[in-house]
Amino acid sequence: MADISIRRVAKAYGPTKVVHGIDLDIVHGEFVVILGPSGCGKSTLLRMIAGLEAIDDGEIAIAGRVVNKLEPRERGCAMVFQNYALYPHMTVAENIGYSLKVLGRPKAERQARIEAVARIVGLEEFLERRPAQLSGGQRQRVAMARAMIKEPQVFLFDEPLSNLDAKLRVQMRIEIRRLHRRLGGTSVFVTHDQVEAMTLADRLVVMNAGRIEQVGKPRDVYRRPASLFVASFIGSPPMNILKVELAEPGLVRLGSGTLVPVPGLGGVPAGGLRLGIRPEEVQLVPPGTPDAIELPVEFVEELGAGHLVHGELDGAEFVVALPGAVEVVPGGRLGLRLPAEALHLFDAGTGLRFDMPATAPEELHEIA
Amino acid sequence: MVERTPLLNLLTHAILVVGLLMLMLPLWIVFVASTHDFRTVNTVPMPLWPGAHMVENYVTTWNQSQFGPKMLNSLIMAVGVTTGKIVLAALSAYSIVYFRYRLRMVFFWLIFITLMLPLEVRIVPTYAVAANALRPFQEIINVLGLSALTDLLFGVRIVLPEAQLLNSYAGLILPLIATATGTFLYRQFFLTVPEELLEAAKMDGTGPLRFFWDILLPLSKANMAALATIMFVYSWNQYLWPLLVVTDPAYGTAVMQLQRIVPGPLFGEPPRWHIAMAGTLMVMLPPLLVVVFMQRWFVRGLINQDK
Amino acid sequence: MSGKRVTFDRHWLALLLILPQMLLVFVFFYWPTGEALFWAFTLEPPFGGDMQWVGWQNFITVMEDPLYWNSVRRSVVFALSSTAIAMGIGMLLALFVDRELPGYRGFRFVFFWPYAVAAPAVGLAFRFIFAPDAGFVSAINQWFPGLWNPALDGVDAMILITLANAWSMVAYNFIFFLAGLQSIPRSLVEAGAMDGSGVLRRMRDIQLPLIAPTVFFLIVINVTDSFVNSFGIVDITTGGGPARATDLMVFKIYSDGFKGKDYSLAAAQSIILMGLVVLLTFFQFKYVERRVHYT
Repeated sequence: MADISIRRVAKAYGPTKVVHGIDLDIVHGEFVVILGPSGCGKSTLLRMIAGLEAIDDGEIAIAGRVVNKLEPRERGCAMVFQNYALYPHMTVAENIGYSLKVLGRPKAERQARIEAVARIVGLEEFLERRPAQLSGGQRQRVAMARAMIKEPQVFLFDEPLSNLDAKLRVQMRIEIRRLHRRLGGTSVFVTHDQVEAMTLADRLVVMNAGRIEQVGKPRDVYRRPASLFVASFIGSPPMNILKVELAEPGLVRLGSGTLVPVPGLGGVPAGGLRLGIRPEEVQLVPPGTPDAIELPVEFVEELGAGHLVHGELDGAEFVVALPGAVEVVPGGRLGLRLPAEALHLFDAGTGLRFDMPATAPEELHEIA
Repeated sequence: MVERTPLLNLLTHAILVVGLLMLMLPLWIVFVASTHDFRTVNTVPMPLWPGAHMVENYVTTWNQSQFGPKMLNSLIMAVGVTTGKIVLAALSAYSIVYFRYRLRMVFFWLIFITLMLPLEVRIVPTYAVAANALRPFQEIINVLGLSALTDLLFGVRIVLPEAQLLNSYAGLILPLIATATGTFLYRQFFLTVPEELLEAAKMDGTGPLRFFWDILLPLSKANMAALATIMFVYSWNQYLWPLLVVTDPAYGTAVMQLQRIVPGPLFGEPPRWHIAMAGTLMVMLPPLLVVVFMQRWFVRGLINQDK
Repeated sequence: MSGKRVTFDRHWLALLLILPQMLLVFVFFYWPTGEALFWAFTLEPPFGGDMQWVGWQNFITVMEDPLYWNSVRRSVVFALSSTAIAMGIGMLLALFVDRELPGYRGFRFVFFWPYAVAAPAVGLAFRFIFAPDAGFVSAINQWFPGLWNPALDGVDAMILITLANAWSMVAYNFIFFLAGLQSIPRSLVEAGAMDGSGVLRRMRDIQLPLIAPTVFFLIVINVTDSFVNSFGIVDITTGGGPARATDLMVFKIYSDGFKGKDYSLAAAQSIILMGLVVLLTFFQFKYVERRVHYT
């Protein structure tokens, strides 16, 4: 395992900048997940660590050694590709052992190590098969075995679970975590699926449009999103965002005129203010309560364990997550209260979190 | 990928440059030879830079060997084959892919088999047919006794007129259309057209001919371009077949002309290579231009047809 | 053979659409082939009259003719050596263009121009370059007089036509090899790099095995095409000589049938040649292609 240090790393394809000056430190033994929508540059960043893409600006160091000019094989990384990239003309055993063959290890040693690794991922029975004869999950495991056998300092995962069906994905997620703990390497995992990201990460890196929006433990990122982007990207269903105005200190006004107390709010940013609250943190109050927000119910999504109530507030969709025991009728009205401790404030102009406290438990990054 | 292989990169470039020289040198030599005069072109080795006699050589070649009409004939043949192929192959592929009838597979295999045997391998019999294209039908009628029947009934035997295809454009063009090349290209393409397109068309009440004309053909434009480039080059470059079918110089093609300008020693006189090379260049030029400018289509056509 | 799920029903229209091609195919392919078979088994009597059935006589005559075996031997040598050269060079160029070093596009653009050149034009160009008394190669004769003369030396003549044919075919092979290489997913090559495999090693371990189907396919095409091109090249350069050193099969059929007017003999040779080509293609389809696909 090794530290990875990423400093001012940037990349452009022709005139288009794909990654803008990224700084990131990954501690050895960590499982870091880079999360973001398609095209945000997360895969590019991963491939720059691997050596599959050239680094245009800045530097990447692995275990203290700057690797910019090093070829992939000299960096001590192993990669699991999105579509596994197994060699179709080789057997599973040959696929797994290929890197050892290239190194010139003797056959007996290769054989022993292949079998050991195959046992770890549960593929001992399949060593003589060809990839075409395996299922998606099995191919995935061959890809991992191939990475593991090299005993690399760093494991890189490029959206390896995207091509699996939902149930398999959940299974493999657990396997990957288990393996990480067992092998103890440093892992960098790229995905666009926030559930995967939240469940796998020691630390989460949220990227958008070539920049890092936030870095932190999953729980912290969830509870204190550093920007509108992170707030709406993480959490399902996504956070409700409302446009509000300052009525008087400590009080904001919704578009509909309803007032919501926000203790401690002195002024608003020049670009405007946005109020965010997660669907599950909205409180239900008996209808008719003074100062309650009235939500006309448009439709209800039944989840079994609870329901999602969709309504319209200030011309935009507003979602409330309620436990199963509460009865809701479409066409009816709900009385809602937005508790102050569950509110998030954002500067509409910059998109950043407004109201940043002096002491923060996690790092909040954004890069020029 | 980050790869530090300066030596290998040098080797790569070296190999590619050598390859370039090997492939381009003959073409360059032909060009240079066509620009020198009689004396220079026969010196050994010939100088590798162009001379000053280009225009005069080309004019001589053009006039002496009647290249003008020959190029025209080649053009007519090539355009005829290309157009015929594009149309016919589209119709046949359409029939095979979009209709279901019992003889469908039979026709498919019958056409497929023609891929295996190029014209040069079956010239003798094809020539005989060209001499009288209706002969097959005449023979069949005879064999089936139809002729005897009509003789009995009406006192008249069915005698088909002789459709002599020698020394004609039809003779040059028709046999070259009779293979499977284009049909497979279209077929491959049609198979990739989504089923939903036809389903939607049917819901709209579109019949087969309209579907073909309004929907399928416009989609096939790229395909047709690919096929057109291959067929043009292929038919322009035909040698053996025109040689057999055409004895009247009025119908000779440009490629055939090459045989006439082959410089044979005449009473020990050195051959007129500069004229021969000028002729060669003229004959090479049209298909070369097609390949150069339509390269994308050409490559795509070659690859799709053989896969 | 996959087919469309959704089709039209109008059978008569389908038949009408395919009629033109079927007519042409019948008239210019199947009928002639049938006739060739007929002629191969018959003989025209010297003083006119109906064709006589002679069974295998024509074939026996052909097989007993040493000139025939000469042309077969020459054709085989021609086909195999020009195929080997053309495929070897084509593959080499494709592998190195595929590396996509700066400037590769230029090479790729130019490398298949030779395919546009007609066989007789290639023949004429090479005849000039390799002429015994002009061109370039004969410069050797200034130091070693008489060393190079395709007009007199059979081996020199074979070299001449083999090189001419190989030159034509390199372009075709290059296109297909390059397409094959580019259809290998990039991630496989990257995985190889991550596994520590260098450029040359990856070519050997990953790229070449995966284009094996292309190799087999091209062998058949190259061999078949060498039969096709052989006529144009031979007719223009050596005329079958010297002393029948380049009397390839197709050329011989042409000479016997059209110059010599011996149609039955030409027909028998044609049948044998056709059978050979069909066998080759069949063999490739049935046995080789199956084994070599991995997906």
